[in-house]
Amino acid sequence: MFEHYLSLFVTTVFIENIALSVFLGMCTFIAISKKIDAAFGLGIAVIVVCLITVPLNNFLYNFVIRDGALGSWLGPSFADVNLQFIGLISYIGVIAAVVQILEMFLDRYVPALYNALGVFLPLITVNCAILGASLFMVEKDLMFGESVVYGLGAGFGWALAIVILAGIREKLKYSDIPDGLQGLGATFIIVGLMSFGFMSFGGISL
Amino acid sequence: MSLKRYQEVIIKPLIDDNPIALQILGICSALAVTNNLTVTLVMCLALTTVVSFSNLFISIIRNHIPSSIRIIVQMTIIASLVMVVDEILKAYDYETSKKLSVFVGLIITNCIVMGRAEAFAMKEKPLLSFFDGLGNGLGYSLILIGVAIIRELFGSGTLMGYEILPLVSNGGWYVGNNLLLLPPSSFIIIGLFIWAIRSIRPEQVEDPDFKLAKHSTAPDLSKRELNV
Repeated sequence: MFEHYLSLFVTTVFIENIALSVFLGMCTFIAISKKIDAAFGLGIAVIVVCLITVPLNNFLYNFVIRDGALGSWLGPSFADVNLQFIGLISYIGVIAAVVQILEMFLDRYVPALYNALGVFLPLITVNCAILGASLFMVEKDLMFGESVVYGLGAGFGWALAIVILAGIREKLKYSDIPDGLQGLGATFIIVGLMSFGFMSFGGISL
Repeated sequence: MSLKRYQEVIIKPLIDDNPIALQILGICSALAVTNNLTVTLVMCLALTTVVSFSNLFISIIRNHIPSSIRIIVQMTIIASLVMVVDEILKAYDYETSKKLSVFVGLIITNCIVMGRAEAFAMKEKPLLSFFDGLGNGLGYSLILIGVAIIRELFGSGTLMGYEILPLVSNGGWYVGNNLLLLPPSSFIIIGLFIWAIRSIRPEQVEDPDFKLAKHSTAPDLSKRELNV
């Protein structure tokens, strides 16, 4: 059992890294990777939100949205209700609500962390890595326990990738880059190379 | 509101204020769906529709949205539009919809849609916002189609499934560049696109944090004493 979870975690972090293999959350990934501190703060926020929303959405999917799921606890008259067409709006609703609640909670009880995360927290609602993690969770048809591990792994992989990129970009500002490539252009090419690097994990079978 | 203003909001996002190359919005989907021109065209059409109509609807009710919950309201409008597009696609072009997998759903969190809603639709009149959405959708499509043409043509020798460069494996002369079929190659192509755009429009160039110091001037030889 433990081995199964561990291999799911390693697969999610390295082989199917949500930033560098599936390319999700790229906008924030590129916009907020100039400084390691900021990248680290955002990374932590993504881990926390992923860890909460993926299992929540898994719960919602298995008990409400899945084909015939309502029938299992509301009686046979609901057995042929298929709510999959409202899936998208429910997942994003859960994510937006969790982010809002988390913001209020942190503001009240952990102000230090709240100040550290600052503007990144509300930004996370529109980070496709979070919604993507939930959608892949549905596509992979994970159980509840697996979804906790998957959420953690997805967030951790994204955080790892953005911290690595921020590290490279901090060094890069000392180099002499052609004018047109300065900043955004060079970042794109670096992310491309990093992503080729992560593809080498693809051969590993667990 | 003159006609010129409408023209401006459509033309400007194409090169001068391109959502991908300058505003850093909507990059995720730009990478994963560009290995095949047909799929890319469907994706561009879906995104352009969603961003135009979400701008229109958000702009219509902009004076009634309380600012504290505006993100959730915008999300609901965008998510509903995406669901409609997703269902239509599933009904009429199931094959392409399978290939796009989660990426149609991810239009919800595509930052172009959110970004234009926040930056433009919340302030401007409905019709103008609609055209702003259209312009930004087209700007996004321009880059995506460019990347898709390069990747499909040189990667597998076809365009929209039609053979342009006959591959060696089919008895032709062209050896496909497999590197271009891998998703990361689109990062590099977009990086080069940005370079090209910024060479044409030097005002978009970002200032470096540090500049190379000028070469120190050579000591003036005429004033030096000769030690021969």
